Order: sequence, then structure tokens, then C-alpha cells
Amino acid sequence: MLTAKLREALICFRAGRVTLPYPFAPHDPAPGFRGKITLDPDRCFGCGGCANVCPAGVIQVRDAGQLLRVLEFQWRRCTYCGRCEEVCPEQAITMSQQFETATDRGDDMVMRLEVFMGPCQRCGRCYTPPTPLDRMDRTGFRTSDGGRS
Amino acid sequence: MAFLEKACKKAFGKALWVYHANAGACNGCDIEVINVLTPYYDAERFGIKLVGSPRHADAVVVSGPVTRQVAPALRRLLEAVPKPRLVFAIGSCACGGGAWFDSYNVLGGADKVIPVDFYVPGCPPRPEAILYGVALALGLVPKQVAEEHLTQESLDQLAEGGILQKEAHG
Ligand code: SF4
Ligand code: SF4
Ligand code: SF4
Repeated sequence: MLTAKLREALICFRAGRVTLPYPFAPHDPAPGFRGKITLDPDRCFGCGGCANVCPAGVIQVRDAGQLLRVLEFQWRRCTYCGRCEEVCPEQAITMSQQFETATDRGDDMVMRLEVFMGPCQRCGRCYTPPTPLDRMDRTGFRTSDGGRS
Repeated sequence: MAFLEKACKKAFGKALWVYHANAGACNGCDIEVINVLTPYYDAERFGIKLVGSPRHADAVVVSGPVTRQVAPALRRLLEAVPKPRLVFAIGSCACGGGAWFDSYNVLGGADKVIPVDFYVPGCPPRPEAILYGVALALGLVPKQVAEEHLTQESLDQLAEGGILQKEAHG
């Protein structure tokens, strides 16, 4: 009985300190961890594909007039599934490794992105930025290895 | 009275007793909350202790999107917690309803029912993220997120080279 207790004490003693020093020292997540979504505003062309697949309805797309499309990300309810990153054809959305997103204000969990659109001269519907030529300029052509020229 | 409240709030940093309320969570967040209390993450370093009754608690940790049945109970529960008190919303469900935010049987987040002081988004949040939220409440770490308003380059900026130039330089 006593020796068992002593042995247990010895095991605990030998283990040393096991407690993580976080939050006083950083502790990065493993690679592949999906944290808060980040946006590259210049890549997005307002297709709304991300809003279409988001299971939590985080992304709301509305047209503020003919030239401006507004994407609102209410990421307070994001489930970090990564679907939006997967479907975005321009890699405008990436899942960062940031997990330290606690806040005391609900409004802090909002991202708003304004995308310039051009209306078609014939039908009046929005299409991507000012002219198709500009658009090609901005995304570039893909090289054979998938990169951008 | 105000002085007493201030003194109590100051004492939170030394001993914060929390009551954990599951308001319809899938158990993911609950497991992470329990994780935070294990010796590895050791929230007891900050004097945090899980208590079994809301009357003994200084803070309430809410997880889950608040189902219709649990909403009145949650309201009553909060009335039983002596003031001043802190309310933490743990997980995307408690922060804004998660994937069920517009479902017929949930109210869509803890702050629709009770006032929430700190939000910890994540599905489920890492134990570190919960610890970070607690440390934020205790004033040990700075806040890292803010509302973001992003716009694209204007036509003039595009004419000056825009993104292509930026990429070449960056
Ligand atoms: S990660 Fe999932 S839940 Fe979050 S915004 Fe993207 S698609 Fe929506
Ligand atoms: S972020 Fe990507 S998927 Fe979403 S609207 Fe922009 S380009 Fe389309
Ligand atoms: S936030 Fe995610 S893990 Fe937490 S209760 Fe909701 S669905 Fe479950």
C-alpha cells in the first residue's frame, strides 16, 4: 500500500512540469489547422460561390447599386469547415491559423468586403470588374504549372 | 455599492468560479471546456474552478445555440448567479447560432437570451482559445480581432499598376 503510493509519487515527481505555459508563451496549432477566415480583397470578384456553399450562412451577398457588390461575413457563427476556401476560384479566402479570436464586442466578428462590379450594357446585370480586359490584367493567365503570369 | 462591485470584479482575477451551462451544444464545446480544466491546460492556475450550482458561481460558461426549451431555464439560471457576474459564450453556436442560426428550434446564440460579456468563437474552439478568452476577461492579454472593412483597389490604383505591380514588388 505504502510502496504503491511512494511509487506513484515518484512517477509524478519524475514527470516534471506538464502544464502548458499558454497564454504566457505562444502555442501554435498543428499545420492544417483551420482558424479565422481571411480575405484578399483584390482577388475576390464577387461570384458568390462561397456564400452558396457556406453551411452556416456566414456570407451574405447583396448588391449596393449596379457597381458595387457587398459581401458581409458574420463569422461569429463560422464553423471553420473550410468549404469557402475550397470553392473560391481565385483563392480570395484562406483559413488562417489564428485562433485567438475571443472578443467582448459582437461587432468585432464582422468582415465587410466591397467588390467593384461592372454592369453589362445590354442586360444590366453585374459582371466582374470594370472591363473584361482589366479583369484579365488582374488575374493574369495561368502558366502550365498553375502559377500566375 | 459601485465600490463593492469594482472590488468583486478585481477579485475575479484571483478566483473565478464558473458554472457551465449546456444550452443545446453538440458536446464538442463541452469537451473542450473540460479539457481546459485538466492539468495540461490547467485553468486552476488562474483560480478558475468549476462549481455545481449557479449560486456559487462568478461566471457562467454557455455553450450551444440555445434551444427553445432551454431558453427559459437559461434565463432563470442567470438570475440565480449573484452580481457582478461574467457570461462567456463558448463556440460558434453560443456566439451566433452556428450552422443552426436560423433553425426553427433554436434562438440562435446566447446573446439573444442573456447579456454576454465575452465571445469565444470556434467550432469547437481550441482549449487554448478558451484560455485566451479567459485571459482576455482577466486582462492578461490584448484583444486581437476588430471589425474589418475591406475595399478593392480603385480604378486609379489599377491604372497605376495595381495588383500586378504589388505582386511583383511583394
Ligand atoms: S469556413 Fe465554412 S462556415 Fe466558415 S465561412 Fe467558410 S464555408 Fe462558411
Ligand atoms: S471570395 Fe471567392 S468564392 Fe467568394 S465571392 Fe469572392 S471570388 Fe467568389
Ligand atoms: S460550436 Fe461547434 S462544437 Fe460547439 S456546440 Fe456548436 S457545433 Fe458543437
